[in-house]
Amino acid sequence: MSDSTVNTNGDYVNFYQYKGKHSGILGWLLSVDHKRIGLLYLGSMVLFFLVGMTLGFFMRLEMWNPGQDVMGPQTYNALFTLHGIIMIFLVIIPGIPAGFGNFFLPIQIGAEDVSFPRLNLLSWYLYTIGGLLAVASLFLSGGPIDTGWTFYAPYSLRTGTEVIMPLMAAFILGFSSILTGVNFVTTVHRLRAPGMTFFKMPLFIWALYSTAWIQIIGTPIIGITILLVIVERLFGVGLFDPAMGGDPILFQHLFWIYSHPAVYIMILPAMGVVSEIIPTFSRKTIFGYGAIAVSSIAIAFVGTLVWGHHMFTSGMSDESRWVYSFLTFIVALPSGVKIFNWVATMYKGSIKAETPFLYVMAFIFLFSIGGLTGLVLGSLATDVHLHDTYFVVAHFHYVMFGGTIFIFFAALHYWFPKMFGKMYNTKIANIALAIMVVGFNMLYFTFFILGYLGMPRRYYDYLPEFQGMHQFATVGSWVLIAGILLMFTNLFLGLKNGKKAGNNPWGGMTLEWTVPSPPPLLNFKKIPTVKYGPYEYEHYDEVTKNVN
Amino acid sequence: MSTNSTTNATHEEEHGHEHVHDLRDDYGSKLGMWLFLFTELILFGGLFLLYMSYRFQYFPEFQLSAKSLKIWMGGLNTIILLTSSLTMVLSITALQRRKIKASIYWLITTIVFASGFLVVKFFEWSDKFSHGIFPGGEELALKSQGEKVFYGLYFTMTGLHGLHVIIGMIILGFILVFIVKGKVSPDRFALIENGGLYWHLVDLIWIFLFPLFYLLH
Repeated sequence: MSDSTVNTNGDYVNFYQYKGKHSGILGWLLSVDHKRIGLLYLGSMVLFFLVGMTLGFFMRLEMWNPGQDVMGPQTYNALFTLHGIIMIFLVIIPGIPAGFGNFFLPIQIGAEDVSFPRLNLLSWYLYTIGGLLAVASLFLSGGPIDTGWTFYAPYSLRTGTEVIMPLMAAFILGFSSILTGVNFVTTVHRLRAPGMTFFKMPLFIWALYSTAWIQIIGTPIIGITILLVIVERLFGVGLFDPAMGGDPILFQHLFWIYSHPAVYIMILPAMGVVSEIIPTFSRKTIFGYGAIAVSSIAIAFVGTLVWGHHMFTSGMSDESRWVYSFLTFIVALPSGVKIFNWVATMYKGSIKAETPFLYVMAFIFLFSIGGLTGLVLGSLATDVHLHDTYFVVAHFHYVMFGGTIFIFFAALHYWFPKMFGKMYNTKIANIALAIMVVGFNMLYFTFFILGYLGMPRRYYDYLPEFQGMHQFATVGSWVLIAGILLMFTNLFLGLKNGKKAGNNPWGGMTLEWTVPSPPPLLNFKKIPTVKYGPYEYEHYDEVTKNVN
Repeated sequence: MSTNSTTNATHEEEHGHEHVHDLRDDYGSKLGMWLFLFTELILFGGLFLLYMSYRFQYFPEFQLSAKSLKIWMGGLNTIILLTSSLTMVLSITALQRRKIKASIYWLITTIVFASGFLVVKFFEWSDKFSHGIFPGGEELALKSQGEKVFYGLYFTMTGLHGLHVIIGMIILGFILVFIVKGKVSPDRFALIENGGLYWHLVDLIWIFLFPLFYLLH
């Protein structure tokens, strides 16, 4: 029997060196290996992230003085719309599941690949086509879309800008997301290694599994909503158009039925990564494994019932409002379960404050602020005051940027040695984090105050008394971008000339740390048999004895 | 993993040609198909939600408009689709019983029924179009808002369903080719079973569309 982990000389072959049917760039573009597809996703996402960040940079620049600085109102509208579409649909939603999930889900459950490898590659192609369509829509004759990333009707039916193409992009991206979800659920059910019961799965897998279910349940709704807007624009059907008997509020309902669960698609995988990193660097079993695992499912379930809290001021009966408000508060429970369990895990652990751990600390700090201000917005009385102000923008960026994207960075630093077999400069990585946290808070904490004082969002202009704070926030955006660029440069240099990392540099216990870095094509020489839970450090020596 | 243990040896050899997907797991592929069908149901679910909401809002107009649809045409299409589901099952069973020729004939019958459905649909829509009843049509523009919404839903929902019929025909067409080529065979029939599941879904959605638009008045 041939062994794909060694070549004819008996040397170890990792998945980069392995020669398949195709070589060079085609070896990547036609590969059905989940690790290569994961890296394709990660590469595309970093690229789109930089595009979205640049758009944000110019938006902040425009806010330097009241009135017009570097762009007119129409351009500003287009920028915040595209910033939203790119960051949400192309970076945050697919970010951790499609990138790190693809790379590590099969390895962590002890499988050779996902259940449907070719479907997996198709998902990446759909993702890329969607991304290219979104960017291409910038250059069409009608001008870039200016509806905001929420595409609210009836404006999205009436505006003269190019709406259909970015909507098609979002539809295709949704399709890609559904296929990834179907693939992951099937993989978790069918391909777990012998001995790995559901409650012996790493918590990252639990998070991906819950996320995949939300993708399956939620995404079709945004799909049909987007299709309806396209059909309305093309044929004038009028289902959301009040002039023809339609009801624009129904658009908002359908939109948020997906888009609220979507924020859990965005955050749950990040929480899964946190549940991996904390035990590894505390060298201790995670506190409350079952509670964390089930809380992911609970968030996924309750999260599908709270969409109405986006519409407190859009026209809804008082009964629905307090019900939605109540359900919204319920989501805070499983989220709190997670935060407290993470902190309890660190208690009496022997903590190694290495780079990924520090990123997680930043996450807990920022995400707690984001989460608590979410309760302010979930309460009816305060929401009426703060709705559609910078307060909402600040809350959203604290949970999505301070939450998901910071954990995306943490995951990048945590799994970098496993994915590439090399190590980056940890000192510079820590400095970059410090710069980012300072810039982040300068930028977005100011938004809380601005919003509280009444600065409405999505305006390219503002009253002169806000100028000091706007300029402070803009300087913060420069600090933040400097930190991000330093971090990426550091990782890039690590990729080029980093030292060899070794197979288990952090002392992790999940299965990916028991295989060589980078992993061989089929991940394992022999499918492992799992005896212990993922973080039982009392069995550390036995589990990792074959790792050198 | 139970099904994989036997195929592992061949799997590694085939991997040299990038055939990771030859890791065969019929149960897994069916599970994936059911999950996908679930997303299709929810896709239509959004439209059913709209229908429900607007039916409450425009109850008399919905009753009035439903009378203008021809029950016998919708009924004929219902019979056609239900029968096609039967021939689909017959095709699968024939293949499993190693009657490849019969399987091919039944599958072709299914595709013929599917095109029959589309032909009836075509005449139905053309009839409405010729009376100026279509989105943006001059006759529809004169009608009340509730009626506009009814016809908007009618064309959108039956249109999306028609699109699914076409997609289903393409899928069944591919399966037909695979049976002829022997890629789908009495020993390897997961694909035709999954195709059949898709076809039943298309049928099932029509079973709900028919009463909602034609019978409720």
